[in-house]
Amino acid sequence: MKPTINAIFRPYSSSDALRSDRSAGDRQRHRQKVREAVRENIADLIAEESIIGKNKDRVIKVPIRGVKEYRFIYGENSSGVGQGDGNSEKGQVIGKTDGTGQGQGEDKAGDQPGVDYYETDVTLEELIEIMFEDLELPDMERKILREVMSDRISKRKGFRKAGIRIRLDKKRTVKSRIKRRLATTRQDDAQTDEEERFPFRKEDLVYRHLVEDVRPESNAAVLCIMDTSGSMDTLKKYLARSFFFMLYQFVCTKYRNVEIAFIAHHTEGKEVTEEEFFYKGESGGTFISSGYNKALEVIQARYHPSLWNLYAFHCSDGDNFDSDNPAALKAAQELCELCNLFGYGEIKPLGSRYYESSMLNIFRRLEADNFQTVLIERKEDIWPSFKTFMSKERTPIATETREAAEQ
Amino acid sequence: MAEWDVKDLEGWDEKIRVKVQEFGLSCFDQEFEVCDHNQMLGYMAYSGMPSHYPHWSYGKSFEKLKTMYDYGVSGLPYEMVINSDPSIAYLMTDNSFCLQILTIAHVYGHNDFFRNNFTFKSTRAEHIISRFKVHADRVRSYLEDPSIGVEKVEWVLDAAHGLSLQCRRNLAIKKLTLREQRERMIEAARPADDPFEDLHQPEDIEAPDLNKLPASPEEDLLLFIRDHNDKLSDWERDLLTIVHETGQYFIPQMETKIMNEGWASYWHREIMNSLDLPQDLYLEFLVRHNQVVRPFPKGLNPYYLGLKVWDDIKRRHDDPTPEEIEKYGRPTKTGTQALFEAREVDRDASFLRRFLTEELMREMDMFEYEPRGEDLVISKVSDKEGWRGIKETLIKSVGMGGVPVIKIEDADYNQNRSLYVKHYHEGRDLQLEYAEKAISYLHRLWGHEVVLETVVNSKRALLSYSDDGFSAKPLK
Repeated sequence: MKPTINAIFRPYSSSDALRSDRSAGDRQRHRQKVREAVRENIADLIAEESIIGKNKDRVIKVPIRGVKEYRFIYGENSSGVGQGDGNSEKGQVIGKTDGTGQGQGEDKAGDQPGVDYYETDVTLEELIEIMFEDLELPDMERKILREVMSDRISKRKGFRKAGIRIRLDKKRTVKSRIKRRLATTRQDDAQTDEEERFPFRKEDLVYRHLVEDVRPESNAAVLCIMDTSGSMDTLKKYLARSFFFMLYQFVCTKYRNVEIAFIAHHTEGKEVTEEEFFYKGESGGTFISSGYNKALEVIQARYHPSLWNLYAFHCSDGDNFDSDNPAALKAAQELCELCNLFGYGEIKPLGSRYYESSMLNIFRRLEADNFQTVLIERKEDIWPSFKTFMSKERTPIATETREAAEQ
Repeated sequence: MAEWDVKDLEGWDEKIRVKVQEFGLSCFDQEFEVCDHNQMLGYMAYSGMPSHYPHWSYGKSFEKLKTMYDYGVSGLPYEMVINSDPSIAYLMTDNSFCLQILTIAHVYGHNDFFRNNFTFKSTRAEHIISRFKVHADRVRSYLEDPSIGVEKVEWVLDAAHGLSLQCRRNLAIKKLTLREQRERMIEAARPADDPFEDLHQPEDIEAPDLNKLPASPEEDLLLFIRDHNDKLSDWERDLLTIVHETGQYFIPQMETKIMNEGWASYWHREIMNSLDLPQDLYLEFLVRHNQVVRPFPKGLNPYYLGLKVWDDIKRRHDDPTPEEIEKYGRPTKTGTQALFEAREVDRDASFLRRFLTEELMREMDMFEYEPRGEDLVISKVSDKEGWRGIKETLIKSVGMGGVPVIKIEDADYNQNRSLYVKHYHEGRDLQLEYAEKAISYLHRLWGHEVVLETVVNSKRALLSYSDDGFSAKPLK
């Protein structure tokens, strides 16, 4: 019997498969949207996640509103039907309302409305990259006297007759063989299409030539100064460290030859390692000037201002010994003169600033264009204040924050 | 590499087609395309359509599928079939020979179902491929139009996608035109014939408000907005039409998921069993078949449920137990007749209502769960008291039952062109975050305030979205 239904088979063709990537455009558009959404959420993310000291490959779940596909769906009070292995009993717990531990439902991609649980996974590194996309160290000058020859990139420059095998330029080699062939055949010989052996000769071979390209870059050093005195409680330290952590990550991602020095101070300043800076607690009174003087020392010793672009950032709760204030002011003045930018972040968790002294008032006397202050009151402030420090057109925001601090 | 080539497949396919006909299935012509797993993921992201308009959500869907596949969370379906005439199916090149034969047999089951089930009558299968192609071309032309561009097109498409399933569910019922609706209103307002009208005081006739829009609550949200928001430009209207039609095409598949998968599984089993397969292939078939139709612990596998019910229909008609004869009477049809009748006239909801019996539910150990705090807890099991409730819940959740019913009640609410929509609440609340966003989409397309009446925690509430944003208030 011959069936009346017809069927045809289209066999698999791997070249078609390679060519057909129909979703490429839509995927790209989707990724753009994800990136935008992540960027919008950064302030919240940083406030929520303690990103300090986390492994760079750690994956952060970012709930993405902008990329969710909303429709009318039923909420959580709806019940459902499932099936068991024959021993189901009333009251048995089968899963969680958030979907974990629940068996595979009947939903299949595409046509089911289902709950859109969409979250994207972003590694910390990616997140940091997105965060810092628009930011740059402000006022980066070229101090050309000493350049670290940082970027060694091989650059192509012309062709040579000699070289190593891997740089053989096949196309040019073939061309030069063809040229030679045409040059050696006489006009009348050309008619005979009898294929004669015409091998490559050494003189045909063409190699790409590479030169090492050294791109000079200016040097920068970032000095992180943190108050680790007893008055800096856990929350304050957390805020300060989050701030420095971002600064550190930022500098690491953006600049390849930036040196970073960590200085912790209470009544005396000390240069510490990255590890100690972020994780170690200290106690004692506060002489802010000690931190600044240590910074000045470090600058003297290693980063001469004529050679280096210098950035100094200080975080403190502003609870300085009164007697130290003139000295602190003087040191700050000096730092301003040496540095491209000197930033002071005062950390005053909400409510505490009324009964504690503040350095903001004292620093107001400091007259320098490259001096910046911000007030950090909550976790949510970290990112905006960081942006204030780093964005190029920072003046209006900075004044606003300063005004807010004065009130 | 593979243990088969297309010639082998064609050979077995011919045998299968003979069987398909012997069993009485009536199919569209069938095209098989052999593809690799990347192409398969691509087809899945676009619901199998060879051409489809672009939108980022399909890119998202692809990424999601690919991630799940790469990490082994879910495998790929062995096959994918499109409801079109001729029907198109994709076979994965990496699958084993046995799987290919199984898949081919399975595909004919779907094909027959697409062709014969009443819900698919409205999809106009013969034009579907070209219709999607034309839609894709039109959307691309808007994307490339310098006066429109991606941002604007997405602005409309994002909103429209959120509303695309808010449409009439039963496409077999004719949609009345506005004129017909008005005629009905007049008809309804006319007093009943009264043989004693001379004796009776004539009743006051309340004239129907013929200018009311919509004349009766309207379920096709996108179409209503398209037809009654005169601020939309032509290309925006066209996008709404395209999204609406795309949604309509997929509704029958959602509405018959359980039946359809069960039907295809039933027939692939019958066909494979009748093919005289070599023993190694046959053993692999048994393994694969049992994987496909196995019950998911704590979940519900449509293949399993569907197949169970179809098998039960056949058995009850051909070979009823004495108790069943006593309960339902002696069957009037043969099993095969009953099968073919149901495949034509039912959808999941009616199919389960008619054929899912208490005994079957008990055999499958079906239960109902509800959220209690953070846990999902079994609230009913298939015992004497519980089974009816479970069945009702199941019926309510299959197919379009999973989509809340939202209808436009008044397009000139408060006499200021506000759109009054009502959620027909039947026990299940809306997810409010989503509802808020969805009415913002309505607002985006309608251009005036949108008010949604719904029930939240057993209290009626009005959610509204205007130019000033979202607000909610309880309703007395």
